Amino acid sequence: MASGTGVVHPVTRWLLRRAAQAGVTLVVVTVLLFFLMRLAPGDPLGQLGDERQYTQAQLAVLRHLYHTDQPLLRQLASWAMALLHGDLGSSFSEHRPVTALIAERLPATLQLGGTVLLVNFTLGLWLGAVQAVRRGGWIDRWLTTLSLAGFAMPSFWLGLMLAWLVGVKWRLLPPGGIANPLLGPDTPWWILATDRLAHLILPAATLVIVSIAITMRYQRRAMLEVLPLPYIVAARAKGLPESVVRRHHAWRNALFPVLTLVGLWLPILVTGSVFVEAVFAWPGLGSLAAEAIGRRDYPLLMGTGMLVSAMVIGGGLLTDVAYALLDPRVRWA
Amino acid sequence: MGLTDFIRQLLAAVWRRPAGRVGLSTLGIVLIAALAAPPFLPDPAAQPDIVEQASLPPGAGHPFGTDQLSRDILARVAWGGRISLAVAGLAVVLSATIGAGVGLVAGYLGGLVDTALMRLVDAALAIPRLFILLLLLVVWERIPLPALILILGTTGWFGTSRLVRGEVLRLRHEPFVTGAEALGARRTRVMFRHLFPNTLGPLLVAATLGVGEVILLEAGLSFLGLGIQPPTPSWGGMILDAKPVLITAPWTGLFPGLAIVVTVLAVNLVGDALAGAVNPRES
Repeated sequence: MASGTGVVHPVTRWLLRRAAQAGVTLVVVTVLLFFLMRLAPGDPLGQLGDERQYTQAQLAVLRHLYHTDQPLLRQLASWAMALLHGDLGSSFSEHRPVTALIAERLPATLQLGGTVLLVNFTLGLWLGAVQAVRRGGWIDRWLTTLSLAGFAMPSFWLGLMLAWLVGVKWRLLPPGGIANPLLGPDTPWWILATDRLAHLILPAATLVIVSIAITMRYQRRAMLEVLPLPYIVAARAKGLPESVVRRHHAWRNALFPVLTLVGLWLPILVTGSVFVEAVFAWPGLGSLAAEAIGRRDYPLLMGTGMLVSAMVIGGGLLTDVAYALLDPRVRWA
Repeated sequence: MGLTDFIRQLLAAVWRRPAGRVGLSTLGIVLIAALAAPPFLPDPAAQPDIVEQASLPPGAGHPFGTDQLSRDILARVAWGGRISLAVAGLAVVLSATIGAGVGLVAGYLGGLVDTALMRLVDAALAIPRLFILLLLLVVWERIPLPALILILGTTGWFGTSRLVRGEVLRLRHEPFVTGAEALGARRTRVMFRHLFPNTLGPLLVAATLGVGEVILLEAGLSFLGLGIQPPTPSWGGMILDAKPVLITAPWTGLFPGLAIVVTVLAVNLVGDALAGAVNPRES
């Protein structure tokens, strides 16, 4: 690749290679997803014939419309070509472009996912650091047990229980939806904001509870690896207060390994949001996927799958780039 | 050292850790309950009296209550556990086998085979497992249990293969491997007789944690109606049944969920303790 140019900076070369690798992965993902869908016996439209009593002639028109009457490799080629133009095909059930459906649902998912990311990381990094400093003590053990219990919970069950207990029984928070539909457009902004926030709490809490164990564990381990290093001992020997040593010397360096988490954490968030959004009637990508299952809408499922996989690959690439830019030791590994 | 000795040593090492002891004993209780209890409990499909005994709260006769079809919840949780554990166990055995095979081949043969396999694994790992499963399962009207196990097993080996490959790369220039090669051992013999036994530790850790993952995934799929099909009881399916009546009969959803949490937590505690026993630096 860059070998012929000779004087390319090693970091640039490394970044280019890493980006090319991500590109290859994305191409393989595209092919994999296509064949996963076509592994199904018959063709995806055959089932529509059973369920909606289409005639053979109508099915033939539909097959022609969605190109499922062509040879597999040509279908793959046309799907890939359309993908390059930012076209994910049309939904079987809605007869609208998949990209339009996704674009409608993306803001709600970003709102929920962003909140969860923020809470998970601030809370998780703090709790993990607390655990590392009090290693082996009762706080460490209890936090480990509690976070592992959360990690063992099915998100849909936790969501249902919280909606029932907090939303229905105690009537503290709304048990579902993204906003109160009865609030008109002339409602003061602060009431709208509180309403949005109240709807956000339960789904966000559910996702944080089932996923925070990973953040805490990474942070705890990273801190434990840093704490015995000579520069920490030196900082203490200089007479710096323990709190300064922990915050400025230990915590900062322990942050790097946690960056890796983004790659690990995104698939878990996506999986969780399929269930949590469905349970809380949150109008995001997760509930879109759940609806697509019910209607056996392949293009929609594939479109969301493609988007999510691209996000996972992009997240991994960004993590590595951030790592390389922030921590010079990594580039040579 | 034989395989039984190896496993006995690992179990002893798990037992020495407090978390491992809690996990192992809880898992033992869950297993005994799932295997031994069903004959003593009412038939999980029995609907004794749909008028008088539907949606009874927990009490005498029905410790976990009954569901809206008057079926005993405790019996269904126990039967569901039997099925969930069997599905998870078989699926993980399958994925550990495939993962070990692919990892050994990729790591030992190297070159183009390794590159091709690992690029495939990279891509497969980038698609969340739930989406792979959804795309494979949506075509089935009612999926038979063996097909479900097969699909869960063949979608869980990507991470394992990478792990085993890493171990093989670490070991392949060790004296015991080069020694075997110098003696003229065939490649299959080097892979399966010499390298494979040395990857067993990390493989077992991954498999144990995999059981917890599959129990959760299967419950989720059954909750979406794509996993274990009614009337066969499953924990996820019971929560799906409970969803519309949760306000009037919350116990119908509470107990199957608790069963999942307890089982998965126990499995993960054992997995963590195993990881500590296999690689003491980790804990």
